[in-house]
Amino acid sequence: MSANTMETSTSTAAATAIVAGGERTSWKDVVFSPRYGGLAALLLVVLATPLFIDGVYQFDMAILVMINAAVVIALNLLVGYAGQVSLGHAAFFGLGGYATAILTTRYEWPSLLALGAGVVLVVAIAAVIARPILRLKGYYLAMATLGLGMIIYLIITQESWLTGGPDGTSVAPLEVYGYAVYDEIVWYWLLAALVVVMYWLALNIIDSPVGRALRALHGSEIAADNSGIDVNHYKTVVFVLSAGVAALMGGLYAFYSGFIAPSTAGFMHSIELVVMVVLGGMASLVGSVVGAVLMTLLPQYLVVLSEYEWLVYGLVLMLVMIFMPRGLVPTLHGLIRRVTG
Amino acid sequence: MGEFLQYLVTGITIGSTFALVALGFCLVYNASGIINFAQGDFVMVGGMSAVFIMASGVPMGLALFLAVVVGGLAGVLLYKGGIQPATNAEPIQLIIITVGAALFLRGVAQVVWGTGYFSLPTFTGDEPIRFLGVVMVPQSFWVIGVTVAIVAALGLFFTRTRLGKAVLATSYNRDAATLMGIDTSMVLLLSFGLAGALGAVAGVIVAPITFAHYEMGIMFGLKGFVAAVLGGLGSFVGAVAGALILGITEAMMAGYISSDYKDAVAFVLILLILFFMPSGLFGRRGVERV
Amino acid sequence: MSMLRIESLTKQFGGLRAIEDLSFDVREGEVHSVIGPNGAGKTTLFNLITGVYQPTSGRVLLDGQDLSGKAVHQRSALGMSRTFQNLQLCLNMTARENVMLGGHLGLPGSLFSSLLRLPHLTRADRRCRARAAELMDYVGLGDYVDRDTTAMPYGALKRLEIARALAANPKLLLLDEPAAGLNANETAAIEHLIRGLCQEGVTVILVEHDMKLVMNISAHIVALNYGQKLAEGTAQEIRNHPEVIAAYLGAAA
Repeated sequence: MSANTMETSTSTAAATAIVAGGERTSWKDVVFSPRYGGLAALLLVVLATPLFIDGVYQFDMAILVMINAAVVIALNLLVGYAGQVSLGHAAFFGLGGYATAILTTRYEWPSLLALGAGVVLVVAIAAVIARPILRLKGYYLAMATLGLGMIIYLIITQESWLTGGPDGTSVAPLEVYGYAVYDEIVWYWLLAALVVVMYWLALNIIDSPVGRALRALHGSEIAADNSGIDVNHYKTVVFVLSAGVAALMGGLYAFYSGFIAPSTAGFMHSIELVVMVVLGGMASLVGSVVGAVLMTLLPQYLVVLSEYEWLVYGLVLMLVMIFMPRGLVPTLHGLIRRVTG
Repeated sequence: MGEFLQYLVTGITIGSTFALVALGFCLVYNASGIINFAQGDFVMVGGMSAVFIMASGVPMGLALFLAVVVGGLAGVLLYKGGIQPATNAEPIQLIIITVGAALFLRGVAQVVWGTGYFSLPTFTGDEPIRFLGVVMVPQSFWVIGVTVAIVAALGLFFTRTRLGKAVLATSYNRDAATLMGIDTSMVLLLSFGLAGALGAVAGVIVAPITFAHYEMGIMFGLKGFVAAVLGGLGSFVGAVAGALILGITEAMMAGYISSDYKDAVAFVLILLILFFMPSGLFGRRGVERV
Repeated sequence: MSMLRIESLTKQFGGLRAIEDLSFDVREGEVHSVIGPNGAGKTTLFNLITGVYQPTSGRVLLDGQDLSGKAVHQRSALGMSRTFQNLQLCLNMTARENVMLGGHLGLPGSLFSSLLRLPHLTRADRRCRARAAELMDYVGLGDYVDRDTTAMPYGALKRLEIARALAANPKLLLLDEPAAGLNANETAAIEHLIRGLCQEGVTVILVEHDMKLVMNISAHIVALNYGQKLAEGTAQEIRNHPEVIAAYLGAAA
């Protein structure tokens, strides 16, 4: 069937459709569009936060939030959009961190080169493992990613000659062109820029042919396959992408905190990352940021409960998932839509 | 040869406890389609309860029994409090709910019993028994014996009793079972309760060997899950076989090569199996319908 | 000339032969129907043609090219598109996005151009978006363009699958029971739609239980029973074929 015949047979519909699809938009429409609204809000929050926070501890919290937010945005592409569960993602984060730490501290590589090498290492591992692992579905995939994560974690714990073992290892500071980054404020702006850029890139992916292909993996793999989408290829792409981002943020985390321990690669950290995705909202970028904020800050506040911390933390997870299975942001969004009609 | 037999016995002993945990995974998975990440923490609940009930002066036999009851109650509570109310949850939400339950149980244990390591006396003394060059502590006999007895009892339960057959029917097709007049929510409750009790039994029988600790459930849970998947999720025979394979491989690895990577054995094994046999050793190979 | 050739195709599941030594040709630009009682192997045949299953023996040729060993998405790229008996739609996407999914092969698929929204991608995507709306209008779903898929009735979803299949510009369209569950009006609309597609040069293979629809629009019919070819011919020939009447029409009457 040629596109020509179709256009003549439905010329009026085509005309309206082209207007709908291709109209010129003013800057206001862009800023307040659902597409860019979240980005604008994020930008605002990131710019305004330093006005309201003070002291090393609060900046430290903000920085940890942003590190998690970046990881979770990318993980949401894999888990929320493409529907592929990963219970081992912290291992990529930890591996990125350890590679950076070891290369800078033991082998005295320049900071950025070490950071890049960590990302390349993780990307290579993810690319090799992606095909066999992503053939699996549901709980089998959950089990396999969990297993992969545990193996990496156990290697990090066991090979103490390289990694410092269970006690962790210290990391030289990030040094760019002879300038060592220590200051919390500098870290804040560095990570703020990174998170905003990641959010924007993720936004671009979602609303693109690649994004539709990813969402189709979740919606119906059969439909995707039949539409000419190479299912394995796209699964690999999104798995490797999310692993790479985790490694990058792991490296930056190592530089920032000056220390890295095996628990960053552990099972509980993997679960925390998935919880951020699901609690904030699967397939919601705003949700990813909200999830990262809440789940990073929650344990900090729960510390005052001392030995009741885990009890309450577990209870919160259960209650949110029981009463808001779609996550906070989509649930609230749905409520607002219903109230405003 | 003696060395090999020694490792084999060690492997079967530890594999038996994995089997109890794996059977718990299977029961819950068959009845509800849920992987219960709190399964390992039932082991902890069993072990810790036994220690503290005994410490309060209750005779051993009764204390062990009560500990298993506590485990069963934990399972029932998990179903009533976490699973039944979550009507719209998909697997990923259910994963998080059960992880939340696991953390909750760990949290409760921390508050009630603290973060120490506790030991339970062995059931029948510590005098090692020598046989064919193999040295066995009496507790190993208890572990293996209790597991064999439970597997046999479960076998009878599923094939000989109305209730057991109802559980099986529900696992094959829940809608059809409902139509046949089976109270499926009762079956679910029973499955979670049984899974809790099975976990607690594992906790009670290993506590004399390994120490009870509020975080002991993590590795038991993960390895029980590995064993269940190894055998093909949902297959009871597969779960027991998977657990024994896992226990024996771990013991051989620790004995002949190095115990550094003992815990990694489970995960390497499961990755290899899943890569080459995506539905496990005994899994039903479903053809996807289009 | 024949566009699609089925050559002594056999598919065995365990002990069951779902398709047995089946051969037939599909000519370009015609509607070719496959009929048979439930379990005759019609959907299995579709799965063999589109590559969901690999045959136990025999082969499928598209324009003379052997498709053996080719995956589903590779066959789609060769101009094959299908709909499903039990709907396969992405309920996490809008109706229009589902149709745009069908146009995926015509778009730049690299991660890099998507990440940065490069201009050539934005332009192509905008065209795809507009064309999706056209196609939805063409199949009679003009009112549903930006609706959520979950808010659409069954009949509309069936047509949405057709719009998605058309978005790939297929030369061969396989329709698996497009009229199942539809009322008489909706079935008439589907019939009209298939005729229109044929006129525009699309070759259609149709699996359908609605005999009126099949007899009205098919140039050629293959009747299956237990995976074997019972008869083959024009609507007239099939209608009067004694074995078909016995196995299928007779049983229904």
